[in-house]
Amino acid sequence: MEMLDVRGLSCPLPVLKTKKTLEKGCQELQITGSSQVSRENVSKFAISQGFDVKLVNDSPDEWSIIINK
Amino acid sequence: MDKGKMLMIVTGVIIGGLAVLLVSQGNPANMGFCIACFLRDTAGGLGFHRANIVQYVRPEIIGLALGASIAAFSTGEFKSRGGSSTFVRFLLGIFMMIGALVFLGCPLRDLLRIGGGDLNAVVGLAGFIAGILWGIFFLKRGFNLGAANMEKTTQAGGYIFILSIVGILALLLAKINFNPAGGGPLFFSTTGPGSQHASLWIALGAGLIVGILAQKARLCLSGGFRDFFLIGEKGMLLAYAGIFITVLIFNIYLGKFNLGFVNQPIAHTNHIFNFLGLFLLGQCAVLLGGCPLRQLVLGSEGDMDAAATVAGMIAGAAISHNFMLAASAKGATSYGEIAVIAGIIIVSLIGWSYREVDF
Repeated sequence: MEMLDVRGLSCPLPVLKTKKTLEKGCQELQITGSSQVSRENVSKFAISQGFDVKLVNDSPDEWSIIINK
Repeated sequence: MDKGKMLMIVTGVIIGGLAVLLVSQGNPANMGFCIACFLRDTAGGLGFHRANIVQYVRPEIIGLALGASIAAFSTGEFKSRGGSSTFVRFLLGIFMMIGALVFLGCPLRDLLRIGGGDLNAVVGLAGFIAGILWGIFFLKRGFNLGAANMEKTTQAGGYIFILSIVGILALLLAKINFNPAGGGPLFFSTTGPGSQHASLWIALGAGLIVGILAQKARLCLSGGFRDFFLIGEKGMLLAYAGIFITVLIFNIYLGKFNLGFVNQPIAHTNHIFNFLGLFLLGQCAVLLGGCPLRQLVLGSEGDMDAAATVAGMIAGAAISHNFMLAASAKGATSYGEIAVIAGIIIVSLIGWSYREVDF
């Protein structure tokens, strides 16, 4: 499984980096980020691309999700 | 309809409605809200520039920041963070304001101006969208100002911005004149746009409501277009439609809709620089990750980089008026035109310089 770190990045880089990684053919990706907004945006984007989204870490300063098809 | 879309529409309609209300209560025409104009007026009120027709500490800005903070605290989203090319962001804030003051408004006022029938604002919108696309050009090539860090040991840094806003509110309420012989600060315009305003409590209340909604909806006047072009996401466009349609309907109903280019309130007809002014703003907003309103909201939820951007916008307002860059109803100045073109070039160089190699 590939890993992607988008912690602290401004909009829309978390989504853009996710998009780039998926375009390379990645089927399963763990994304770690920090802001609530980026989590919402990345999750929404992944779902729109037909991926399932699973939240695996939801601590106050950090979240991680695993997306796969 | 899903909750997210509903929130966008409701946010748009309420902001549009409050904008019309503020104009009916005394704000300048088509200026119920304008983040750039109001930061400029506030800079003038504090004495950072000497354009005596645009000096007034706008309670809408204070309310907006407080509302956004309250909303962020209520959901645990207030987090002190920063350290992403802060001084570059300050500079981009300056250029964002220079662009806004050559056009005469931020993208939010642009929508309000279109809703009042001002066709110059349609030219501005075209420039804004072109600027966003130009910003996206750099995003697609790996533009990144770097990651901000969460402050691990303290939240103190995040409080500075909102406490400064509270301090400005205290100054406004206390009505202290620090230099009576010099007329202020605080300065209060007696003529011109700065003298036209709704009463303090109405403006503060309207700002508070918009601040809460804007934080909840993550409202961003550049983000909606950017995400539409980048990933086909249309949600935020509903908020723009909500603002525009509400203002349009009220203006027609109240007999204030005046379609055309000439004799529009606080606007000029220099098409090239209406276009380029908001082009520069759009370009800066994409590189910063949000429009002036969004920067104000982010600053109020602990983002110190966004706070620095707002400080840059205030500095940009002072520079614009001290160095005669700001346009007026008579048109853009040559200094303003040069500054906008220089701004587009400098911001493009920043966009090119901050590309990640392995993107």
